[in-house]
Amino acid sequence: MARKLPRKDVVVIGLGWTGSIIANELCDEGLDVVALERGPWRDTATDFNIGYAPDELRYNARQELMLRPAQTAVTARNNADQTALPMRQYGSFHPGNGVGGAGVHWAGITWRFSPADFRLKSHYTERYGAQSIPEDMTIQDWGLTYEEMEPYYDRFEYLAGVSGKAGNLDGRMQEGGNPFEGARKREYPNPPMMQTFGPTLFAETAAKMGYKPFPIPSSLLSRTYTNPLGVTMGQCTFCGFCTNYGCANYSKASAQTTVLPVLMRKPNFELRTLCEVLKVNLDSTGKKATGVTYVDTSGDEFEQPADLVILCAFMLDNVRLMLLSGIGKPYDVRSGTGVVGRNFCYQMANQVVGFFDPAKYNFNNFIGGGATGMAIDELNNDNFDHGPLGFLGGGSTRCAPIGAEPISKRPTPPGSPTWGSGWKKAMRDSYLSNLSVGCEASSYANRGNFLDLDPTYTDRLGRPLMRITFDFPENDVKMSAYVTKKVAEIVRAMGAQAIDENPRTGPWSVVPYQSTHVVGGTAMGADPSTSVVNPYLQSWDVPNVFTVGANVFPQNSGYNPTGTVGALAYRAADAIRSRYLKSPGPLVQA
Amino acid sequence: MTRTRLAVAAAAALLFAAVPSILSAPARADDQDFALIERGRYVATTADCVACHSLPSGKPYAGGSALQTPFGTLVAPNITPDRGTGIGNWTEEDLRRTLREGIGRGGKRLYPAMPYPAYTRMTDDDIRALWAYLRTLEPVSNAVEANQLPFPFNIRLLMAGWNLLNFEPEPFKPDPQKSAEWNRGAYLVQALGHCGTCHTPKTMLGADDTGRALQGANLQAWYAPSITADKRQGIGGWTADQLVAYLKTGANHQSLASGPMAEEIQNSSSRMTDADLKAIAAYLLDRKPPGTQAQTATVAADDARMRTGGAVYTDTCMACHGGDGKGQTFLFPTLAGSGVVQADDPATLIRLVLDGSRAVATDDRPTGPAMPPLGWRLTDADVAAVVTYIRNSWSNAAPPVSADDVAKMRKTLAQVN
Repeated sequence: MARKLPRKDVVVIGLGWTGSIIANELCDEGLDVVALERGPWRDTATDFNIGYAPDELRYNARQELMLRPAQTAVTARNNADQTALPMRQYGSFHPGNGVGGAGVHWAGITWRFSPADFRLKSHYTERYGAQSIPEDMTIQDWGLTYEEMEPYYDRFEYLAGVSGKAGNLDGRMQEGGNPFEGARKREYPNPPMMQTFGPTLFAETAAKMGYKPFPIPSSLLSRTYTNPLGVTMGQCTFCGFCTNYGCANYSKASAQTTVLPVLMRKPNFELRTLCEVLKVNLDSTGKKATGVTYVDTSGDEFEQPADLVILCAFMLDNVRLMLLSGIGKPYDVRSGTGVVGRNFCYQMANQVVGFFDPAKYNFNNFIGGGATGMAIDELNNDNFDHGPLGFLGGGSTRCAPIGAEPISKRPTPPGSPTWGSGWKKAMRDSYLSNLSVGCEASSYANRGNFLDLDPTYTDRLGRPLMRITFDFPENDVKMSAYVTKKVAEIVRAMGAQAIDENPRTGPWSVVPYQSTHVVGGTAMGADPSTSVVNPYLQSWDVPNVFTVGANVFPQNSGYNPTGTVGALAYRAADAIRSRYLKSPGPLVQA
Repeated sequence: MTRTRLAVAAAAALLFAAVPSILSAPARADDQDFALIERGRYVATTADCVACHSLPSGKPYAGGSALQTPFGTLVAPNITPDRGTGIGNWTEEDLRRTLREGIGRGGKRLYPAMPYPAYTRMTDDDIRALWAYLRTLEPVSNAVEANQLPFPFNIRLLMAGWNLLNFEPEPFKPDPQKSAEWNRGAYLVQALGHCGTCHTPKTMLGADDTGRALQGANLQAWYAPSITADKRQGIGGWTADQLVAYLKTGANHQSLASGPMAEEIQNSSSRMTDADLKAIAAYLLDRKPPGTQAQTATVAADDARMRTGGAVYTDTCMACHGGDGKGQTFLFPTLAGSGVVQADDPATLIRLVLDGSRAVATDDRPTGPAMPPLGWRLTDADVAAVVTYIRNSWSNAAPPVSADDVAKMRKTLAQVN
């Protein structure tokens, strides 16, 4: 039996990016906030000590910062006719474990979604007609506009100290920035990162071909910076250990380096680590949450009553908690009705590796960072005419030298021997002279892709595992083939002797790492029949429950998600502070 | 009235200008006098009573943690008004005598771990205010055995002899030649702030070596650096604003406070008025630096220790502190030109490399970055080399450090931790 604890104003589930931002905002409002985090406390000097932070075996191979399947696994299958099986190792994506969440081991690329993204279905319908959207593609509008999001993007960018170059300041186009971005009110807080040889060559070549290259917006910082909360971050050293690693230098924006120093000092904030929430408790009407039940590492259960419950866990866990708690109607793939679990999407990670003459090219790939580099946006979203192409969407193309980890980075040109002295020679020859250009592309919702509770497999606490039913839709595979070919043209023009083209193709597999950009499942929107939360991220069914995370994306854009997740956290916090608290109840009438 | 007397009067007036003035109160003061109590709270903050008289997790002023002295262990007693275990049955005169003479209620002689050699200079009005404030604390029943010294040091009467040799009760003497601000600063440094308790070297008998006041001292495996206007080892290179920033926020253009100074800033100087911090700066930076010291010969750049140290530095330190030793403001201290780095006694520098340390977090500078411990991956010789390198690069100059020095610090830290 759960022990009932004294009431709190707010319980925040998960203390990563969104949980930290929301908790900090609501503490500023004077509320008594408790955060429940299933993993351990993590701190820069202790957990990302410079003496071992770049330990590839520990953090990449053994995934020390990530969720372990023994804690919670997922089951996976490609379509509803298959039987899903539990994954024994997280591969395709890496949920974080512990304070900071996946925001500890992210790469740091920090985009705003484009104005068209937020009204995607309307946009495509207006430009190409309703028939351009395939019958099984369930893309939809977000229920808000880019202009409504702008102030919150701004707040997140200044919190994180994003280093970049504006392309559109209040409608005035800026030389050297992204010409496709929505209008921003002011410049990035920090100038762009310095560029190494590879991205410089990419940008020069792309510019000659008519593209408009610009620096990748980076939450690895180009200089020492003190954010509006007064927290100071350091200049990135290009050590090349970002994705899968915590940053030892206070250079990569994360909850640890931007919010927590301030939040943890607040007397009205309390953090309980190693506490896993089992479910959100509802009253007898099912329309009001009374708090949550959680379990600590001793196996003891606690009931934490609260007036407001905010789900800020990893997106899969947010969706799962909604399903386990009976909040919202689960999606039924056969009838196409219900909403929770619907519109689960991913991201199409495409890549072209160029192999250059080792006598002439040395890219020093080990000098890098997850978000340094140059990008072009001509191949993204609807920035090119899809009329004759037979698919929708696209991706952000970037030459981003993320580093060259000594164990796993083993680049060899296509056709090289896969072992022995021939392989060694190919590897040696190409180690310094290979260059990768990626295209992180959109993933559009499909009727057959969804999340639900597995009927067979349970976690260590007896709760059904999340079941992922997903495959890359034909539209996205076509799109990937197209953009990858275009990227290969650029890499060839840069002077590569050999090229390895890797467009993403089906079937989706849980094994190789692709990205942690899984999204959707509790879509936001203006229409309760196709969304789980309203445009303020408030549950349509239980108004004192909010959820913040990539789980509210109705589909995925050709941009990395974190910038939008952070902006949504600020927007939800603002709605709670300025509207909900004055009059608790639905912020939008269904 | 002569000019001198005018200056003294002005100085005396300013001594109390930074806090609410109540001072015409008669001896039978109203014990609920708000202004007096507030003033007392400020005196307690400035004197940082809470630092020794509380446990981190305990009730404030209800008794502290063990203080390791060269003579044994002392624990700061419970000073809440609890009758059984605190100072509930004391009088104001008992407190005055404690602070002024180091003699507590019933003639009990204190050990100078209680900094009465500094508090002896406290004004009557500050003592009265402090008494009024302490009376308002919640009485906490917590028995503390203050004297845990071994024989013969546990004989309190010995302190009569010690005092005879080392201590003379004396009031604060303002310097009529100096400004009122300067004199307020002198009072804060010498009396309330008792800066010398940590920063002044001690004699064999554990008394302040007044001839070398504030020139830096080793205690509890930290070296409290010189806070004289010496440019190399002290803070002579700082402006008044930079010193005020350090005391108020824990960080300035060059340095971040950690260790015992972090506690001081957290409990005390970050809560002091700007006027008082400016006064401290005016006094400290105006004091004549110690006589010109023989310029320490820099260890030659091609010395083997410098080459090894440079390699360790590049591998381990440079990512944060920079190839130029400049660090990053408010995050990674500047090593070039730092007094802690160039101090004759390298204890703090060695300790930081071995054991790491977290910088203080304040409302103004909440980051609280930490130097990670590196002792687990560097040998004594590596640490000695890198510390020697840091002490002799970028125009720094200081004696080299030996592997034995590092080994000794490791041993000390093993005992402290």
